[in-house]
Order: sequence, then C-alpha cells, then structure tokens
Amino acid sequence: MIPDGASLMIGGFMAVGSPTRIIQEIVRQNKRNLTVIANDTAVPGVGIGSLVSAKLVNKLIVSHIGLNPETQRQMMDGNLDVELVPQGTLVERIRAGGCGLGGVLTRTGIGTQVEQGKSRIEIAGTSYLLETALQADFALIHAFLADHTGNLTYALTARNFNPIMAMSGHTVIASADNVVPVGVISPDHVVTPAPLVDFLVGNP
Amino acid sequence: MISMEPQVTIARRIARELQSGMLVNLGIGIPTLVAKYLSPDVQVFFQSENGLIGTGAPPEEGLAHPALTDAAGHPVTALPGASTFDSAMSFGLIRGGHVDLTVLGGLQVDQGGHLANWMIPGKLVPGMGGAMDLVTGAKRVIVAMQHAAKGASKFVGSCTLPVTSTRRVDLVVTELAVIGFSEEHPILLERAPGISVAQILEKTEARLMVPQDVPEMTL
Repeated sequence: MIPDGASLMIGGFMAVGSPTRIIQEIVRQNKRNLTVIANDTAVPGVGIGSLVSAKLVNKLIVSHIGLNPETQRQMMDGNLDVELVPQGTLVERIRAGGCGLGGVLTRTGIGTQVEQGKSRIEIAGTSYLLETALQADFALIHAFLADHTGNLTYALTARNFNPIMAMSGHTVIASADNVVPVGVISPDHVVTPAPLVDFLVGNP
Repeated sequence: MISMEPQVTIARRIARELQSGMLVNLGIGIPTLVAKYLSPDVQVFFQSENGLIGTGAPPEEGLAHPALTDAAGHPVTALPGASTFDSAMSFGLIRGGHVDLTVLGGLQVDQGGHLANWMIPGKLVPGMGGAMDLVTGAKRVIVAMQHAAKGASKFVGSCTLPVTSTRRVDLVVTELAVIGFSEEHPILLERAPGISVAQILEKTEARLMVPQDVPEMTL
C-alpha cells in the first residue's frame, strides 16, 4: 500500500507510542526514498530508528536526533536530508496541516537559525515566524485501544504526536495494543474518532 | 567546605528556586537531578513535554510501564493527580506561558543572557527538541551548567554557538556561582561554599558585575 518515495508521518516519542509492527513491515518490504515526519528517530534499530538504520529514509523532518548517532552519521555524510524543527512548532505545523490551516505564527525560533528563509509577521507589536503546515501521504500511528469502527484511545505518554497526525495524513493506518468491541470505549473517551482511521492493524 | 560533585551542587541550589504550586519543566541532564533534591515541604507539578504533568521519580526495578516515560524516553512514575495529553497541548502549555519555570542545560550563556544549547556545528547536531519553545515561553528560565568545559569558560562574552532563543535567561547556576541579569549586565549573586570571587572571575569570560557582598550559596 505504501509506495517507494512516500511521505510518512509516524507517531511516537523515543519509540514510545510508535507503530512498531507497521514500521517493521515497511523494513521487511524494503520501501525506499521515504520522507519521514516525526518527533525523533529514537535510537538505532528501534522504532523509527530501524527505518534509518535500513537506509530507507532520504528526508527527515524532526525535532531531535541526539540519541541516534546513525541518523547524525547519515546526515553528516550527506545521505540524509534533515530539517530540524522546534518540537512545539513541529506539532503545530502537523496540526495545521490536518485542520485546514495554511500555517501558524509562533515566537519560537525568532532570531535563531530556525528563522532562515521564513517570513516574520508583526501582530500587536510582537514578532512571529510564519511556519507552514505539513501534510503527508500516510500517517502511521499507534493506539492503546481501538474499537472495530476505528475509534482510538491512547495510553499515558504513548499519546504524544499520534492523535495530531491522525488528522493530517491522507491515509491513516493505525495499530493498537488491543482491539475491542464497539461500545467499550465510551464516546467521552474517544480521542481519535473512527472516520479518521482508514486501516487498523490489530495485535495478533 | 563540603566536597560535592559539580552537578549535585548545581541541582541542590536550583532545587531551592522551586515553590509549591509551580508547574516546572526539567530538561535532560543536570536539570533532571533537581527533582531529587527538592525539599519534601515543596509540592510542585513536574511536566514532561512528551505529554505528562505529575511526573514522579523513576520506578522501582521491574515496575516500569512501557508507556510512561520522560522526555528522554526513561521510565518514570505518575504521581496521584497526574494528567496526560498530546504534544500539541504540551507545547501549548509551554509556549502559552503556563509553565512557571524551566531548568535547562547549556553549552554556552553569554553576557546578554542568551543561551546556546542545541548544536555544535559540524560536530554534534542533536536538534533543539523542546528547548527553543521552553526558553521562548516559560515564565522563568534557569540554566544549569558547569562553569567551564575543557578549560574554556561556558559563560562567554558572546555565544559562538547557535543560540536557542533571543530571550534573556533569568538565572545561571554553575558549581561555582549563581549569576543573574540586570538590564545591562550579568551580576554575580552568590558563590559556592569555599569558592572566592577571584576564583569565579578567573573562570569567567563574560564581564560580571560584582557587588560588594557576594554571599555563599545555601545548599
């Protein structure tokens, strides 16, 4: 389903809340030239790090790669294009992409390297950077509970970028620790509503 | 003089800046240690920017929950009254000025109070993670760093490394000194037990204002 050259948003924070089984399948199928938008690349060979270690990624948009020397090495060697984005800006760019907004205005990054190539907009005497929205061909996310219609809830800090990315991938593929009958997740506790989820990967 | 590891001196001094009721975000490294030296009388909420308020100490061996970690990916506990949320909410709290205090590590701080802590061009490019948002949005920013590294002062005239924000930090705590900022100058506020003003100035590249009386830190 995912072709070579696809752009992927992948949930998780240091691999916590990453859709590990989906990532492993991409590695198995050896899909190449991927663009990955995610918070970080975990550590070598783990979570999103396994895509990097298998050299399947040629562009990364992330906030942090400090705990993955393999990502840094590929970047220094010129084999991997890495755009570093402040974490709060990254999540807002993804949110904007899924909410029909062209971008967001933030003070974060003003006067730093992050400002290069961006417009500055002044509102009521305060300067903001214009940060453009992000979308991707696929959002690959992981939930704690999924019901048969695709409603999702998340566990503790495994939530992170997942519900935001569920809004901004053209096709959303979710994996879940547990798939439960409809009704188990009460409407008040649904975080990602079913119509957003196109495909669900259960836990065998 | 009590002999103490530099990071312990720094963490213990910073722990005294925390007040009950504060929402506090601790960065990776020395800042994480601050929680360990907090007085039991002080009740604060610790935020982990991966989506948790109410972060507690690391769990006992064997009790780690795979979906309960801090921003470094290390297992933590959640205290009674904790809450979890997504990354947009987490950074809304940070950028929106809801975080009372952040403590961050530093590679350099300069005379103007600018912090550099996210990359060494050509050598180490970890990325800024949440640091730029924290320095921009937190009500108060404290830098926890060693005074010098490999013989070179980390408190410099002007940052040679890319800065994290143009916002001036509020306080810098090293194993030798506590330094604050007035409108124009950094000011030496306190010295570590047994350390003289001359010893601090010798290891400081930035021009420090030195008041007549520089008291010892209470740890």
